[in-house]
Amino acid sequence: MAKANLMDYEKALELFEVVIGLEVHVELNTKTKMFCGCRNDFGDEPNTNVCPVCIGLPGSLPVVNRKAVESSIAIGLAIGCKIEANGGFSRKNYFYPDLAKNYQTSQFKDPIAYDGQLEVEVPSGNKFTVQIERAHMEEDAGKLTHIGGATGRIQGAEYSLVDYNRAGVPLVEIVTRPILGAGSEAPELAAAYVRSIREIVKALNVSEARMERGNVRCDANVSLRPKGQEKLGTRTETKNVNSLRSIERAVRYEIQRQAQILADGGSIIQETRHWHEDKGSTSSGRPKSDADDYRYFPEPDLVPVQPSIELIEKLRSELPENPAAKRKRLAGEWGFAEMEFRDVVNAGLMDFIEEAVAEGAKPQAARKWYSGEIARIANSEDKDVSEMNITPAQVAELARLVESGKINDRIAREVLSAVLAGEGNPDEIVTSRNLEVVSDDGALIAAIDEALAKQPDVLEKIREGKLQAAGAVIGAVMQAMKGQADAARVRELVLERANRA
Amino acid sequence: MSEITPDLVRHLAGLARIDLTEDEVVRFTEQLSVIVDSVAKIANIIDAETPITSHPIPLANVFREDVVLPSLTQEQALSGAPDQAQGRFRVSAILDEE
Ligand SMILES: [Zn+2]
Repeated sequence: MAKANLMDYEKALELFEVVIGLEVHVELNTKTKMFCGCRNDFGDEPNTNVCPVCIGLPGSLPVVNRKAVESSIAIGLAIGCKIEANGGFSRKNYFYPDLAKNYQTSQFKDPIAYDGQLEVEVPSGNKFTVQIERAHMEEDAGKLTHIGGATGRIQGAEYSLVDYNRAGVPLVEIVTRPILGAGSEAPELAAAYVRSIREIVKALNVSEARMERGNVRCDANVSLRPKGQEKLGTRTETKNVNSLRSIERAVRYEIQRQAQILADGGSIIQETRHWHEDKGSTSSGRPKSDADDYRYFPEPDLVPVQPSIELIEKLRSELPENPAAKRKRLAGEWGFAEMEFRDVVNAGLMDFIEEAVAEGAKPQAARKWYSGEIARIANSEDKDVSEMNITPAQVAELARLVESGKINDRIAREVLSAVLAGEGNPDEIVTSRNLEVVSDDGALIAAIDEALAKQPDVLEKIREGKLQAAGAVIGAVMQAMKGQADAARVRELVLERANRA
Repeated sequence: MSEITPDLVRHLAGLARIDLTEDEVVRFTEQLSVIVDSVAKIANIIDAETPITSHPIPLANVFREDVVLPSLTQEQALSGAPDQAQGRFRVSAILDEE
């Protein structure tokens, strides 16, 4: 395959207006499939989560999963859509072995949700309102493995193996209207939009939302039109874009590729293109053709879906706060530095800190524990912070113990280890291990006297202004107290003593 | 007369991956025309008020709860497959999606 010529990105944007459209598939995390009671699970032995319905055996009848419908409505509401009062399913007919029925059960004329919009912020801080045309329910297809051929791709493959475990898993496909006016930020907007959808379905708890597992997948439509032209250009649809970074790169690549073709007097072929993460480029798939004649018709085996106003309003009242709005609110409330807050968000620690703060921790203290010691231990054990054996309430308690001076930072780390080891709550551990800081000045002064006796020149040095000399005494006192002393208080006492003498 | 033409029959046969002889194309064109014309008669007896429906029974919202039911075993699932390998259905490679 000849390498495509790419136009310089800035030049492409001078000559053309970019129009993108995004189709995002969200795999729902229901326990069972869309139309049968087979398990909706990832990574099981092939063809063990299948039944007559999802492998299309004659005589089998589908029944709609109530939870999947409710999750779909919740998604629709969260992206500002209206909910269809009288919808239903259609058969999308095509012949390909990823579905055994020769059709996909989908929605055509009457999607469950339509006419929505989502405000999306790109990294520069610019905001765009993305219009959403529809969100419809459908079933996922099975997984094909191509055997033979040099690259494991279908070209040159001798045969394919099919696993139908994923066939029939509920999907919601969210389709935008053409997005204009993003200019040079179109690639960033595409990625930010998918990120928003991912955050929303995660906050709704209707999908695992893991892109690397294909729980959220994006097809990106890109077209260019010469500046000033009304008519939209011919678009390509890039599939197989499975990370936020890839979405951005794929859109940018298509802009540059199409711009060069158009500038050379060529024309864009309306086709499916495939994104290759390794090469950072797209390649031509099949052109749109007769094969896209899906001959949709109403699914006679399923009856209409007519969600009641009560159900819709109940789901609306249960919607979580919009994730972007929530981030903004917490950034304001917590008062972290911009970098600190971004690190917290990127590390996925925001929700933990929020819970710890709700349990009474100061935001900075909660942040320090989660992004410091807890993240460090999790990392060293190759775990996620969510897998660590400590609750936000326990983190809050730990922070309170330090704040009140009952324990110092070093002891707190010991307490943390004990909590992680399952020894109980921080309070209990401090008591059972007898870790409370010795704040009785009498005991401290005795230890200081003893230390000074061994290092008689320290006081003189302090009086000469060499305050760091106090360190040796503080160290000796802390050692004598087995670490259970407030180092700041020891320092105070040493300095007092030097000034008195 | 219906809109069924020999070309349309060839197109549908292509979509359905069915290899038809020219004799069959002629025969199916006639037969499909009769079927489509018969169904079209329904259009003459309904009025504009009649709602469009895909279903003869006035029923909506038939759901199942999200509860796992037993699936087939892998052996059962593959028992009707013309060919299989590694616990999966084996099919000839079809140049299409990728
Ligand atoms: Zn099934």
